[in-house]
Amino acid sequence: MRPGAEAVRIKGWFGAHRWLVLRRISQLTVLALFLSGPWFGVWIAKGNLVSSLTLGVLPLTDPYLFVQSLAAGFMPAATALIGAAIVVAFYVLFGGRLYCAWVCPVNAVTDAAAWLRRRLGLKSGRVPDANTRYWVLAGSLLAAAATSSLVWEAVNPVTIVQRSLIFGLGGSLAVVFAIFAYDLLVASRGWCGHLCPMGAFYGLLGQKSLLRITADQRGACDDCMDCFTVCPEPQVIRPALKKAGQDSPLILDRDCTNCGRCIDVCGRNVFHFTHRFDQRSDS
Amino acid sequence: MQTDPTAKLQGKPGASPTSVARRKFLNSIAAAAGTGCLLTLGALVAGRPAAANPAQALRPPGALAEEDFLAACVRCGLCVRDCPYDTLKLAPFGGAVANGTPYFTARQVACEMCDDIPCVKACPTGALTPKLNDIHEAKMGLAVLSDHETCLNFLGLRCDVCYRVCPVIDQAITLENVHNQRSDRHAMLLPTVHSDHCTGCGKCEKACVLPEPAIKVMPIALAKGKLPAHYRKGWEEKAKHGGSLIGDQVEMPVRGMEGKAYGDSRVDGQAGGLNSGWKP
Ligand code: SF4
Ligand code: SF4
Ligand code: SF4
Ligand code: SF4
Ligand code: SF4
Repeated sequence: MRPGAEAVRIKGWFGAHRWLVLRRISQLTVLALFLSGPWFGVWIAKGNLVSSLTLGVLPLTDPYLFVQSLAAGFMPAATALIGAAIVVAFYVLFGGRLYCAWVCPVNAVTDAAAWLRRRLGLKSGRVPDANTRYWVLAGSLLAAAATSSLVWEAVNPVTIVQRSLIFGLGGSLAVVFAIFAYDLLVASRGWCGHLCPMGAFYGLLGQKSLLRITADQRGACDDCMDCFTVCPEPQVIRPALKKAGQDSPLILDRDCTNCGRCIDVCGRNVFHFTHRFDQRSDS
Repeated sequence: MQTDPTAKLQGKPGASPTSVARRKFLNSIAAAAGTGCLLTLGALVAGRPAAANPAQALRPPGALAEEDFLAACVRCGLCVRDCPYDTLKLAPFGGAVANGTPYFTARQVACEMCDDIPCVKACPTGALTPKLNDIHEAKMGLAVLSDHETCLNFLGLRCDVCYRVCPVIDQAITLENVHNQRSDRHAMLLPTVHSDHCTGCGKCEKACVLPEPAIKVMPIALAKGKLPAHYRKGWEEKAKHGGSLIGDQVEMPVRGMEGKAYGDSRVDGQAGGLNSGWKP
């Protein structure tokens, strides 16, 4: 049976896809804010997700790029510093990987690959260790320091895709396709879940964030495994749901993207969004 | 290694002894480190050739020196967006210019040298240095009259287009009056670039009427020669010193030239130039 079938039966289609729909709306809105300028001449957000200026006043800068610049030996000017500080403050408070689930356009690609993998019943492949992303993260900073330039940005598929979408540059389709093919044919959830240094960086940022998912109704769980199947980082669920190594019902792992798919897909309404100090639990 | 959730949930039989667990852990760390290093190494190799841009790709005004620029520019394209003349472009993935960085190609769209330099104002990082507040100080490149053989003015015609479009006319580029030896009765007005005033905006290259421009803007490093550090120009030293540094010269008489001023090679007081026809 397809994951979420029970949830659809109980909660209806929208009830079982609510967070997913909201997430796609959020991702598309962010993109639309950048595209309204070049497409229709209505300038809301200028630049791209790496650094932007919204409505001519709000600067935002990707802290990962900022840190790479520092590693390369350059102290960016005040605008970038303020922009990075705003972004850091937001994600420290609300969960770093919110970026992955709610903003990053690559997420839609990897979600699609994961969906197709499930539909085709593909089990094969070789998945790198989930910690690889931290090595790539560290490596990208070391490489920047060693060469005094942002070398990772020559190949970073996330920024390539974003820039290409927003600036209408060619060449991104190949990158998108490569990530899709990798996730579909080689490694399940390979890019976002194991390699992407941006996801790793945002994960580290949001370790102590307030916004959390809780398995507060875990007593109702009937082990259907749907949440594990749809979760992009399934290893984060077990400690909360099965009291493995922790008593708290909160999903505290930094890799949780706060996508809310587990909430959607659970017919038993086990999961909810909450804050990190909410320890309520039915068991 | 595993993302199959059932395996995680049930645990693997026989995986309990700590030594096995530790070995597994160390193995996975090693594998992760290996893969991570390989990936970054790949990035290094892929990112390397981008360090040298093709000569026709010029950086926006105020851009730091290329090595610093590649550390400073976060590739946001805000400079591109705020350029009112669509001069600047972001380099696409897989091109010759470092992926995502801004550049322009003078022959396609030159820089109009805006007084308020919006591209520099837009840059959030300072990769386009805010220290540049007079566009005439910009050094995007240096124009070089690289082909004397097709330049129409060198052929003795009056084209002058590059000279007339230059926003820093008569300083960055001048017309030097030279006798036309071919016709022996005309002047040639040779476009001549002066590096201390040329901003590298590229308007001359853009405007050159030839199918392939005879004047081209090149990165400074490519265009400029360099004197050895110990060279001094006598005339400059003389001016600085307020007179010759070596004092009066002893003049030795030259046989057959007695009674003439030093260096005067004229025969019987007639003009003769270098090859005066004088024979001993
Ligand atoms: S892991 Fe990377 S690619 Fe995936 S959603 Fe997060 S930032 Fe985007
Ligand atoms: S635990 Fe839930 S919210 Fe977190 S990543 Fe998995 S499915 Fe998304
Ligand atoms: S929490 Fe339990 S009931 Fe809900 S989706 Fe997960 S396994 Fe199924
Ligand atoms: S000075 Fe003006 S025309 Fe030249 S690159 Fe900057 S914004 Fe564009
Ligand atoms: S605005 Fe500055 S940081 Fe952004 S692309 Fe232009 S030069 Fe680079």
